Amino acid sequence: MVIIHEKGERVPLTICGYNAKKGTVSFAFHEVGKTTKELGCLNVGDCIMNVTGPLGNPSEIKKFGKVLCIGGSIMIAPIMLQVKAMKEAGNKVTTVLGCRSKEFLFMEKEAKALSEKVYIASDDGTIGNKGLDFLKALLKKEKFDRCVVMGPVVMMKDVSEITKPFNIPTIITLTPIMIDGMGMCGVCRVTVGGKMLFGCVDGPEFDGHQTDFEELILRQRTMLPEERVGSLLWETSGGCKCGRNKA
Amino acid sequence: MAETKPKPKLNKKAVEMNKQEPKVRAKNFKEVALGYTEEQAQEEASRCLQCPKPQCVTGCPVEVPIPEFIKCIREKKYAEGIATIKSKNALPAVCGRVCPQEEQCQKKCVIGKMGDPVSIGRLERFLADWERDNGYQLPPKAKPTGKKVAIVGAGPAGLTAAADLVKLGHEITMFEALHVGGGVLSYGIPEFRLPKAMVQNEVNYVEKLGVDLRLGNLVGRTHTIPELMKNGYDAVFIGSGAGLPQFTGCPGENLGGIYSANEFLIRVNLMKAFAFPEYDTPLRLGKHVVVIGGGNVAMDCARCSMRLGAEVCLLYRRSRDELPARHEEIENAEEEGLVCKFLAAPLEFYGDEKGWVKSMKCIAMELTEPDEKGRRGVKKIPGSEFTMEVDTVIIAIGQTPNPIIQRTTDGLESNPKHGTINVDDVGKTSLDGVYAGGDVATGAATVISAMGAGKRAAKAMHEYLMNKK
Repeated sequence: MVIIHEKGERVPLTICGYNAKKGTVSFAFHEVGKTTKELGCLNVGDCIMNVTGPLGNPSEIKKFGKVLCIGGSIMIAPIMLQVKAMKEAGNKVTTVLGCRSKEFLFMEKEAKALSEKVYIASDDGTIGNKGLDFLKALLKKEKFDRCVVMGPVVMMKDVSEITKPFNIPTIITLTPIMIDGMGMCGVCRVTVGGKMLFGCVDGPEFDGHQTDFEELILRQRTMLPEERVGSLLWETSGGCKCGRNKA
Repeated sequence: MAETKPKPKLNKKAVEMNKQEPKVRAKNFKEVALGYTEEQAQEEASRCLQCPKPQCVTGCPVEVPIPEFIKCIREKKYAEGIATIKSKNALPAVCGRVCPQEEQCQKKCVIGKMGDPVSIGRLERFLADWERDNGYQLPPKAKPTGKKVAIVGAGPAGLTAAADLVKLGHEITMFEALHVGGGVLSYGIPEFRLPKAMVQNEVNYVEKLGVDLRLGNLVGRTHTIPELMKNGYDAVFIGSGAGLPQFTGCPGENLGGIYSANEFLIRVNLMKAFAFPEYDTPLRLGKHVVVIGGGNVAMDCARCSMRLGAEVCLLYRRSRDELPARHEEIENAEEEGLVCKFLAAPLEFYGDEKGWVKSMKCIAMELTEPDEKGRRGVKKIPGSEFTMEVDTVIIAIGQTPNPIIQRTTDGLESNPKHGTINVDDVGKTSLDGVYAGGDVATGAATVISAMGAGKRAAKAMHEYLMNKK
């Protein structure tokens, strides 16, 4: 959980790297709302108010056999941690990197270094496969013991639907809207297997075949108008002008 | 006729405290009760009989020497008065505002049998506010003992235990999961009942005593209790509160516009959503808000919603007589425009095409005979279903302890049904050197009972530490 300053909101970001020696963690994020845009304005050496974590349950990493790791959009960054950990646990890893369009693809080289095979997919077909339909053919050809997918909710939903007929256990990673991130507010509640669970303390990993995606997508959008207003007001009032990011 | 000796004058009426007018305060988040002036405090203090065996003290969970501090007010020795309170209670500005005095000290007051009891809470608040305006003094501290204690949670229980233990010479580190201290005082109780600046003052006071407060540390995740014990802490106090919200389990509960009381209050109080977009956290509130529940938390939710411009209906499954909220809070809320619907419970929530709640089906309830504890149960009246148009629902039916610590601490025994950590009278848990108190041990209760638990545990922990080799 990250809060930039005392008027800021608390947002959940997924850790995508760490250096225990230096005592650092890294995050990757898209500049979509006010907070992420403001984060993007920071310079090296700037401070933010508070970071709390890591929170949630650790990922289940062990030898499964053949693992399919799918990272979409900005979540390509954290999926690479999974790819690395899965490989180190003795798995044969096939990696799929998904992006909106050619210019949004990154970490392809890292993926190739760690995986048996790498597939690329883009929404508009400017690079690699167009869309995720190629997965169906891949799954008919090859057998996987586990699928781990991190990305936009719609993409995780699509992947879960594709893997279900093949009975591949599919783990999704959720960072729904959260405030405290430690089980207090319940805004991150999600229905999995008919049960109400909390993204923050029961997650972030859930069974993709049991998750109620329709509800999740609606819940993600509940504050959209307010988020847009907040972001727009910030931009029209000059964006980052508090001086923290100036030399 | 023989002349009788004039009896000492006894004023049966307590001095009223000034409040903001209901119509004005229902539109702002400023504090409702304005506190006594010096003259009012003097007059009220003069009503105290200075009983040789004061009953009021026996009603106080932390045994504040009440007649002594009231005597100080009479003699205008305010600094001495606040020091007298603080010898037992590190958070008088909080207790003077949110303690249910009518159930505790004031219930035992002798004058209360003839008229209004002495307004002990208002006098306590007067001294706390005097100290805020005149500067804080620090009490003497014992010599360092060389013992290290970890306190988990900077809420009422943790702050009290930390203050007592640091004064006894122990080295205290307090771990708080959120980005500010105060626990429920910061995230739960609204600004108009307890200004956050006051809470911050109290937290700062505990820090000034020498407590090392570390924010953004969720014990159970960022550190576990066994790790703390391994890393040189001689004892641990768990005061992590009751932060896990309860839901009704009715269909449709995950629709947009249905908030847990915790979510709603955290947005409004901690994240200051009432000042969006100056503050970044938004809150979408409709025109017709239904609050489900009848405790103080439900009242807080209702009163916040009215201040944000909504019409609010409180839905409670028992009747007015069973409302668990403080009488004063119910009265305040109704003055501000709250409508109560008693003996009704929700059955199902319905949403619009965007997944936002638009109506709810409810059912009328009736009271059953009292159980062995004297609490009356309820049952549904068949065929009494009705539908209400709503666009926001706040579920305030209770909280249970957050299970993270229990799940990550081997050997720490807890109640499987309520999730509370098992403790003895002084707060000792099943693990050596680990104590717990407040809502995490009792389930959701009051600020002062948590403080009392923190105090008892601090005393027991001090003995434990001094006997430990």
